[in-house]
Amino acid sequence: MAKLPKKDELMNYKYEVPPSDWMDTAVDIRPGTYCYGAKGKNLEAVNFPNARDWSPVDEDWHLPDNWQEIFLNGMAERLDKYRSFRLFMDVCVRCGACADKCHFYMGSGDPKNMPVLRGELLRSVYRRYFTTSGKLLGRIAGARDLTEDVLKELWFYFYQCTECRRCSVFCPYGIDQAEITIMGRELFNLLGLNTDWISGPVANCYMKGNHVGLEPQTILSNIEFMMDDLEDITGKRIEPRFNKKGAEILFVAPSGDLFADPGIYTCMGYLMLFEQLGLDYTMSTYASEGGNFGFFTSNEMAKRLNAKIYAEAKRLGVKWILGGECGHMWRVVNQYMDTWNGPADFLEVPVSPITGTKFENARSTKMVHIAEFTADLIYHNKLKLDPSRNDHLRITFHDSCNTSRGMGIMEEPRYIIKNVCNNFFEMPEETIREKTLCCGSGSGLNAGENMEVRLRGGFPRANAVKYVQDKHGVNVLANICAIDRAAMPSLMDYWVPGVQVMGVHELVGNALIMDGEKERTLNLRGEPLPGKGGEDDV
Amino acid sequence: MKIWSSLLAVIALVFIAWVGAGVLHLSTFFGIVLPYLALIIFLAGFLLRVIKWGKSPVPFCIPTTCGQQESLPWIKPNKIENPTTTWGVIWRMILEITLFRSLFRNTATEKHDGNLAIGSAKWLWFGSLLFHWSMLVIIIRHLRFFTEPVPVLIQGLEFMDSFLQIGIPLLYMTDVFIVLALSYLFLRRVAIPKVKYISQAADYFPLLLLLGVAISGILMRYFFRVDVVGVKELAMGLVTFRPVFSAEIGPIFYIHLTLVSCLFAYFPWSKLMHAGGIFMSPTRNLANNSRMVRHVNPWNYAVKTHTYDEYEEEFRDKMKKVGLPLEGEG
Ligand code: HEM
Ligand code: SF4
Ligand code: SF4
Repeated sequence: MAKLPKKDELMNYKYEVPPSDWMDTAVDIRPGTYCYGAKGKNLEAVNFPNARDWSPVDEDWHLPDNWQEIFLNGMAERLDKYRSFRLFMDVCVRCGACADKCHFYMGSGDPKNMPVLRGELLRSVYRRYFTTSGKLLGRIAGARDLTEDVLKELWFYFYQCTECRRCSVFCPYGIDQAEITIMGRELFNLLGLNTDWISGPVANCYMKGNHVGLEPQTILSNIEFMMDDLEDITGKRIEPRFNKKGAEILFVAPSGDLFADPGIYTCMGYLMLFEQLGLDYTMSTYASEGGNFGFFTSNEMAKRLNAKIYAEAKRLGVKWILGGECGHMWRVVNQYMDTWNGPADFLEVPVSPITGTKFENARSTKMVHIAEFTADLIYHNKLKLDPSRNDHLRITFHDSCNTSRGMGIMEEPRYIIKNVCNNFFEMPEETIREKTLCCGSGSGLNAGENMEVRLRGGFPRANAVKYVQDKHGVNVLANICAIDRAAMPSLMDYWVPGVQVMGVHELVGNALIMDGEKERTLNLRGEPLPGKGGEDDV
Repeated sequence: MKIWSSLLAVIALVFIAWVGAGVLHLSTFFGIVLPYLALIIFLAGFLLRVIKWGKSPVPFCIPTTCGQQESLPWIKPNKIENPTTTWGVIWRMILEITLFRSLFRNTATEKHDGNLAIGSAKWLWFGSLLFHWSMLVIIIRHLRFFTEPVPVLIQGLEFMDSFLQIGIPLLYMTDVFIVLALSYLFLRRVAIPKVKYISQAADYFPLLLLLGVAISGILMRYFFRVDVVGVKELAMGLVTFRPVFSAEIGPIFYIHLTLVSCLFAYFPWSKLMHAGGIFMSPTRNLANNSRMVRHVNPWNYAVKTHTYDEYEEEFRDKMKKVGLPLEGEG
């Protein structure tokens, strides 16, 4: 990981523009601002073209000879396949309403991080090759040739967009730069220009079932460790079930929750809940990933990775699917999965076996979000909860971009938090719900080498957290996203030290009173619970 | 450069019209041929563009959700900003098209040392709304030239637009509004560095052209009076496809008409097509119901996946060792 830049260096920017026109301002790909290039072997693993080892800072990107043709043909194909793409290339009026809505612009002041200009980087190429005025008039019509420098600039700024859709909320035509970025990244992938941090997980997920590359026995032993800890904490031994045929429910979580701190605490929360409910569920080592880095690569790759979920549900003969806390996973489940790999007619409309609630909103995909599931349990008084166990926590909630702007799950997690905790504080209105500010690390940008960009992109969010920290003494940032859990801790440590990052189901796990449990003196992190006799109270 | 070339282009158009109609008396070309031509280009172009968009399918259901989803019965969904029904979508679109709902959300970000402040910013919304509504009223008012007798609705609109009862001829409020709004939209492009930075000639030109149209119209109505009866006869002739000139009309009229014709002809090939595009935007005109009803992608195709059998084949021994159930025995 690159050395962390100093705060005053990072904050040394203004919302100003350079003296030269943006078309004449060269891109500066410097350490800290880009992700390493993909390794050839990872691209080969999923049969991608032009696979090779490659680095963005190399002068020569070793592009295939006909790279322009590949790029432009790819563009033509996608213009014909996606109305969104064609429309968004045509109708922007450059009103600038989206300009200061992007967290990367807010945190860097670089005008090419304004969504409108990020879009223009590609629109200028579109005009040059796909519109009459651009072909005839060239630059005065806002058109420019697709040169190697232009390609590099496009690449750089399209891997500085987290596909968060915030710009789309404010655009009068709903122009969604995420959609344009998705198309752009598809085109880069035709040329082998993926990043290491995305292509590695994609290859892992394809071959091993999950991004982090956990093999079946490792998944089991990771869970074993967690269950050991839980036994110490609750006095109860939980035996999660894997690859079990005939279970009622297949549970799919983002693999980050099976792997590392603090996701594992969220995972403990899920499993405690299931145990207490006596749920007939199974997890799968094959469909061991709800997230989808394929989505940051190409549509086709995303579909190939996503296919495992329905395939496994079918093989195991479950009735419906329950999904864990993850942001982009849920954008994909909500807006893509059924279209790609459905219809899921071998499954049943999900019904909560505890409350009898039929999840009509998931009647076609047959997949329910765990926050919907748990909120329903709490509403029907099916859980015994002791929110005072979370009393030392002062919590705020970060809406993930994907679940807020590509789904709209906003009240469910808040309802849960308010029932399992006593101290909940909202961040300013302009920074939550559909206007939520991105963590700055989504869409496969949560690598280590691009830390400067992540810190900048995460700054607006962190700044809103700081506001509630100063005002209400907030010390927990709750969320329903595995990328947040992976990426936010370093952001918080940098910008707002003293704020921990927790999945909502970690809070649930802490508050949940399980039958036959011993008196809790530790929270899920193994830390003493204040006021519960674990350690002296201060 | 972008500003000057746009300004120059508009001035050139004015000059051409003035020389052509005022000096060379080519009234047939500027009064009949050009308007017809422009209208044909406009209609055909608009249609072509919309068809072209329409031909690209919408493979995925990708509304931008701006409110609570519909999930559990006791959680109140936002039926308009996150619609699940066609009615919800229709309401959402009506708000977008008539009130510019999304633009109304606009905020401005400021940086004070180490902190960001996000404040309200409604001027763009207001100026834009003022321009578009004035434009609409003006277009509808113009229909009085093309109808005989003039429908009561148009008369009513005229009456309301001039209810201040100032001056002779009566001052239309929308004439003032449109010039103010367009000037604001132009000035913000020039004065706000960030907006200037993203602006293209294709942004200045339509604003200046529209300003040209509005100003020439105002000059004609309030200052260089033209023979309105003659204009009405020409207009009626154009819509009945029997165009005639019954009276000499001043050159200012031809300047106005030429600029309008250019606006029409330019429209389909420019960003002005947002007027059609806004209706077709998939992030706004789809219901967020893709978990309830399967959205079908017309070009969905089968892809190569890594199947469970391949997975088990690879990990069988390891799976066996930890007691995971297996399909095949190896
Ligand atoms: C369905 C009808 C229409 C809708 C909903 C609509 C909506 C909008 C919105 C929301 C904006 C962005 C705000 C702004 O920059 O002012 C805009 C810009 C603009 N519209 Fe429209 N519009 C429509 C029709 C038209 C028509 C018929 C014209 C002119 C002939 C027009 C001319 C313009 C211009 C010139 C701009 C850019 C203003 C600038 O450059 O700052 N619009 N429109
Ligand atoms: S808000 Fe929309 S129309 Fe305005 S500049 Fe941004 S993308 Fe273009
Ligand atoms: S999608 Fe998000 S990251 Fe990308 S340009 Fe828009 S606001 Fe910025």
